[in-house]
Amino acid sequence: MALAPVWVFAELNQGRPAPGALELLTKARSLGGEAVEAVCLGPGAREAAAELGRHGATTVYVSTDPAFADLLLGGPAADTLAPLIAERGPELLLFAGTHAGRDVAGRLAAKLDVPVIANGLDVATGGAITVTTSIFGASQVVRTEFGARRPALVLFRPKSFTASPDGPAEPRIVDVPAVVEERHRRVRVMVRSPEVAAGPKLEDAPVVVSGGRGLQDPANFELLREVAGLLHGAVGASRAVVDAGWVPYSLQVGQTGKTVKPTVYIACGISGAMQHTVGMKGAQHIVAINRDPEAPIFKLADLGIVGDALTVLRQLADELRSRAG
Amino acid sequence: MNVVVCVKLVPDPNTPGELDGHTLLLRRDMAEQVLDPGDENGIEAGLQLVEAHGGEVRVVSMGPERALDAVRKALAMGAARGLLVSDEGLRGSDALTTARVLAAAIAREPFDLVITATESTDGYTGVVPQALAELLGLPAVTFATAVTSDGTGLTVTRQDESGSATIAAGLPCLLAVTAGVNQPRYPSLRGIMGAKSKPLERLTPADLGLAGLGGAGAPQTVVSVTPAEQRGVGEVVADDGTGAHRIVELLARARVI
Repeated sequence: MALAPVWVFAELNQGRPAPGALELLTKARSLGGEAVEAVCLGPGAREAAAELGRHGATTVYVSTDPAFADLLLGGPAADTLAPLIAERGPELLLFAGTHAGRDVAGRLAAKLDVPVIANGLDVATGGAITVTTSIFGASQVVRTEFGARRPALVLFRPKSFTASPDGPAEPRIVDVPAVVEERHRRVRVMVRSPEVAAGPKLEDAPVVVSGGRGLQDPANFELLREVAGLLHGAVGASRAVVDAGWVPYSLQVGQTGKTVKPTVYIACGISGAMQHTVGMKGAQHIVAINRDPEAPIFKLADLGIVGDALTVLRQLADELRSRAG
Repeated sequence: MNVVVCVKLVPDPNTPGELDGHTLLLRRDMAEQVLDPGDENGIEAGLQLVEAHGGEVRVVSMGPERALDAVRKALAMGAARGLLVSDEGLRGSDALTTARVLAAAIAREPFDLVITATESTDGYTGVVPQALAELLGLPAVTFATAVTSDGTGLTVTRQDESGSATIAAGLPCLLAVTAGVNQPRYPSLRGIMGAKSKPLERLTPADLGLAGLGGAGAPQTVVSVTPAEQRGVGEVVADDGTGAHRIVELLARARVI
């Protein structure tokens, strides 16, 4: 029995489809719905439709109303989605678990009185809709079935699926009216301040060198940057040092930060709290340097060095420089 | 400015969690239970706002009897009043049920601002603030890393994946803060003593006019919990001066250098 359509909420990232949207569309193609459709709201939505189509959307519901960019997305997007869902009756809505994705899905669940499952890693639709999540620092896998209420809402961890285009499909574009309840106009975006990072993006870098409290001083992140630079990699950080204001949030790896799957992840002075490990345990090779031999990070490490992270990093920088010679 | 702060009692994040093999719910009798560290930032944000602009902070929580400890800690930090909603039927509640109970508890009295953490440290669902805002008919500013106020509205720095944004928010609204927003105060001895005489109300969902909530009516069911595939055991060595070289060898094997 075919499912009613599966929808993907396709967030825009500076006018382009966010990576999560393309990952989820790729997955949605395999779920056996009548159709895979995307909802894309904000300036740039119409231009984004073609790429969404290439990843599997046969229909893209579009509104380019500036309110979706001038206000925070959550309220207006939920207000706009609710009547559209009532009209079209999708079975399942997939959201990337980004800040905006969480804002939209959380509101929509309350608005429609339907369940939402967060931190999804996979979804299956044979019979019941079943979502896979993990708990306790990803040491246990949990499968949860939705009851009968529809649509089912799921927020996914980034990189749960690999985006792959499915040919040059031209999706049908359906304009939908923006619905913006007046109360949401009380909250306005005054200035957006995107961070411009040098080198490869943290999410895409083949090598990530991350630092935590064990680096002792914010200034020591300079050493991480040097090593990351020598490896054409990116610098990451634990939540502890981000909360302490050592480095910006954009560097945070973990549950509340970014999910990275590099070829090599080097954790320096990071104890390996569950909060952190869920964001990096998918790395192909994990190296950990920590003074505490009992640090949980060593349980994940392919190579664990019990010692002073700064000393090892300095020697590592020297050796890499001499190799580059 | 009258501020409501939502708080939760959670298993101490510094001790490992465990599931009940029978109910597949988090065992809350095992670990030490504490006020969620993320909620301390919410309480601190509320206290700073009322200290600057008048009004009071009241604290609302849903949880078992023991959650009174979390509310008491908030009172010891400086909140004026507390309310705990408890019921055996609320065990295992999902995010939406939690939001419904909190919304009913908050809506009993007028307020200007509702503050929550971004997500609880035990459940990590991270959608209760948004659901709560919707149920209360409020706009929301989530993921706040800095908050200031002129007494009539808020100026908030909100983090997102691409950087940050400055948000102007009129009241009433909901504010969800991250741990970076402030440094929570420790309760003073005087605060701890004073908390004992502060009003602390206890209600059931029925008192709030809510029926048919909780685990039994949960719209989703955990069907299995199994160990994740483990990574192979790696090599852990004390640094004898060759640590850096071993890393270089691994980088070469992984073909990144």
